[in-house]
Amino acid sequence: MTDPILDIENLSVRYRGATEPAVRGVSFSLGRERLGIVGESGSGKSTVGRAILRLLDSAEITADRMQFEDVDLLNASERQMLKVRGRRMSMILQDPKFSLNPIQRCGDQVAEAFRTHVRASKAEARAKVIEMLNAVQIRDPERVYQLYPHEVSGGMGQRIMIAMMLLTDPDLVIADEPTSALDVTVRLQVLNILDRLVHEHGIGLIMISHDLNLVRNFCDRVIIMYAGRVVETLAASDLDNAQHPYSRGLLAAQPRIGGSRGPLPVLERDDSWMQPEVRS
Amino acid sequence: MWRMKGRTRSAMGQATTVLVTLFGLLVLTFVIGRIMPVDPVAAIVGEDATNDVYENVYRKLGLDRPLYIQFLYYMRDILTLDLGVSIRTGRPVVEDVLHVLPATIELATFAIIVGAGLGVPMGVLAAVKKDRWPDHVIRIISLLGHSMPIFWIGMIGLLIFYAGLGWVGGSGRMSQFYIGLVPEKTGFLFIDSALAGDWDVFRSALNHVILPASLLGYSSSAYITRMTRSFMLDQINQEYITTARVKGLSRPKTIWRHAFGNIRVQLVTIVALAYGSLLEGAVLIETVFAWPGFGSYLTANLIIGDMNAVMSCVLVVGLIFISLNLLSDVLYRVFDPRTRAE
Amino acid sequence: MTLATDTTRPRRMPQSLIAARNIVGFLLRSPTSAFGLFVLAVLILTAIFAPLLATHDPFLQDLQNPLQPPGDGHLFGTDELGRDIYSRLVYGSRISLMIIFLVSIVVGPIGLFVGAISGYFGGWWDTILMRVTDIFLSFPSLILSLAFVAALGPSLNNAIIAISLTAWPPIARLARAETLTFRSADYISAARLQGASSARIIWKSIVPMCLPSVLIRLTLNMATVILTAAGLGFLGLGAKPPTPEWGAMIATGRRYMIDHWWLVTFPGLAILSVSLAFNLLGDGLRDALDPKQMNKR
Repeated sequence: MTDPILDIENLSVRYRGATEPAVRGVSFSLGRERLGIVGESGSGKSTVGRAILRLLDSAEITADRMQFEDVDLLNASERQMLKVRGRRMSMILQDPKFSLNPIQRCGDQVAEAFRTHVRASKAEARAKVIEMLNAVQIRDPERVYQLYPHEVSGGMGQRIMIAMMLLTDPDLVIADEPTSALDVTVRLQVLNILDRLVHEHGIGLIMISHDLNLVRNFCDRVIIMYAGRVVETLAASDLDNAQHPYSRGLLAAQPRIGGSRGPLPVLERDDSWMQPEVRS
Repeated sequence: MWRMKGRTRSAMGQATTVLVTLFGLLVLTFVIGRIMPVDPVAAIVGEDATNDVYENVYRKLGLDRPLYIQFLYYMRDILTLDLGVSIRTGRPVVEDVLHVLPATIELATFAIIVGAGLGVPMGVLAAVKKDRWPDHVIRIISLLGHSMPIFWIGMIGLLIFYAGLGWVGGSGRMSQFYIGLVPEKTGFLFIDSALAGDWDVFRSALNHVILPASLLGYSSSAYITRMTRSFMLDQINQEYITTARVKGLSRPKTIWRHAFGNIRVQLVTIVALAYGSLLEGAVLIETVFAWPGFGSYLTANLIIGDMNAVMSCVLVVGLIFISLNLLSDVLYRVFDPRTRAE
Repeated sequence: MTLATDTTRPRRMPQSLIAARNIVGFLLRSPTSAFGLFVLAVLILTAIFAPLLATHDPFLQDLQNPLQPPGDGHLFGTDELGRDIYSRLVYGSRISLMIIFLVSIVVGPIGLFVGAISGYFGGWWDTILMRVTDIFLSFPSLILSLAFVAALGPSLNNAIIAISLTAWPPIARLARAETLTFRSADYISAARLQGASSARIIWKSIVPMCLPSVLIRLTLNMATVILTAAGLGFLGLGAKPPTPEWGAMIATGRRYMIDHWWLVTFPGLAILSVSLAFNLLGDGLRDALDPKQMNKR
């Protein structure tokens, strides 16, 4: 791992009005690589992503260190963040049905991401968007540019989302469950597009998911979260050798082709998992 | 092809609904005007009409015939735009109504500009600052507007701004001095005076409309504020707002360009409905300001008990209301891309 | 199911009392709705103890002292016939309360009945009743009330009837919506399977379920009712002259307004505070009974 893009130490997030923090003591750093964050719903994995982008207005964020390249995310002003968000760091959201503005044309929404950060005429932005729509393998981008979000399929919508978020060539992209709202048949296609672009542009990727197999195939390293804490960090290839009982439980609960046909084991929880992580 | 079919069908459904409502409107006004009064003829011609006049109206209404025949007569009259003759003015009621309506439309239009101009920004601000002090202050301001008896606040307004401070004109649409100076072409004083190039009249009219319109607008802003706030709250928590922020848009841009953009269509329909309910306040405030409009006409007829003229006015209000409802539906269809494509 | 109802039935009263106490507690915690409750309490107490609170006979004319400014034996001054405005306002609270009470007991049952029938039977019943409701809703309520009073003849009773006739449609809409959510519930099907008649099911199972939200909606509508009643009084279609109805007091005071501001100001403030109180209360109730809001606090 060469010079990290993102370095986080001891991140805790507590929502206003909540007694318990949603995320506590999370530390990791990220280079130009693909990092997966895995956990069940409510484990705080999405909160981590949104805390990095400083999107949580109603939450209290504390950390020993939160550095994104030359930006100190803990102390950056909102004005500084406006220059970081969408330009150097962006996020792909889960469901294009909700994450695209229903009353704006898809192309205009992509163009807006560009024109917010780059001085460009409408025509220049449009050309750039068409080029990017091509890059995410949308045939007939001229037509798609004019469509409204409800007129495109989920897979197409998510490719538009990817185009929007990668258009400004950011250094870090957070993908928050990018395929879980999609049909199984187009998942792989969308993931491959994302993977190729991330590779080509040397982008650091944080892939937030609940799907172990997906993370295993598309990430270099994996963080496993439980109840707001990191329980284990390991290389994706070592996933089968996970030490922590929760990780092992998650793995065991996955159905496998050719595996035993008996009932899958149910995850049994243990209060001692609320302890700091084991590094392997 | 499919698209056209679905659209035509929904337009047909809409048309039936409107027709049924219109029919219901006629039944309702018929019941109120002809069945509820003990002596409908006396209610129309007044207590001290001659026997001849009484007989004439009695026969015209078909009161010697069964009820459904009477209703058919009533429908025939309405459909031929024969709403009878006003006792007070001696002219056909239709003519009278057309004559007074522009004054009310002028007042209501200024009022809705004030109401929306006040209500929409307040609603957006309240939603953005939900549960913090701006939200609470706005809630009190708008509930206060909603709770005022409009005729009373009109009088207080006259007391303070006209009698006390002399900032605005008093009652009427313009100063006594200017009445009759401008030829009446459209009935809309602002248009007429502008056409005649008489800017003194124009200014006088503005001076007179400002107070009743502001008060009426303020009282209607409560509804607009509340609806704007709740529409905005629905949008602010949507994922596409997060997307906009991730793109690096500032908060105000996210709010106005994205969230507000999405409630625009709903707002137009709400404002159209609010415009209709302004008529209610107009009846009262016109009385206070001696505004020679529809409301004054209605109450003047109420006082002398000209039931026919009163029910005609009620019918007109009902028609305006239904048209505004229809209009708001149509606007929704035209402006929302999601309904457009269906 | 049966076990649960058996244990709850004997306690039904106390439980609803507890719920009421919780709601009042919630309302008192918010300053605005606490103010609303306070004003209403004052209104009710004023109406009950009017003879004790009034300093003068509200009908007693004193032609020697007309149009006296506030102070000097007359807290809010006197009107054109020398009557004490404060005492008239105090007695006027009885009229306001009477209007509220009578409108509620007419509108509640009508709305509940129409809504429950419409929702429970569905089909043609639903279509026809809701169409009628829509027609009533297609008028501004004041205009429709005006029409009714014009037909019936101006008087306080007729004003109350007119307001009731225009105030039921929103209640019916609400009761219908509530009924639709209960109609397919298991315990309704169970009652039907046991052979209960429709009338019995509506009366025993549906009406009690709709009641709380109908009561809240009635409270929310009261501000409108007060304002409509005052408007009718102002136009001379409500209470007849000697009656100290607030709207009518403003109407008569209007002639003397420019030089004698107190004639219109105080009755107007009375109307404003009562209608504001209902609005604040309604606002608080909406929050108190909205489950989303409850979880947040």
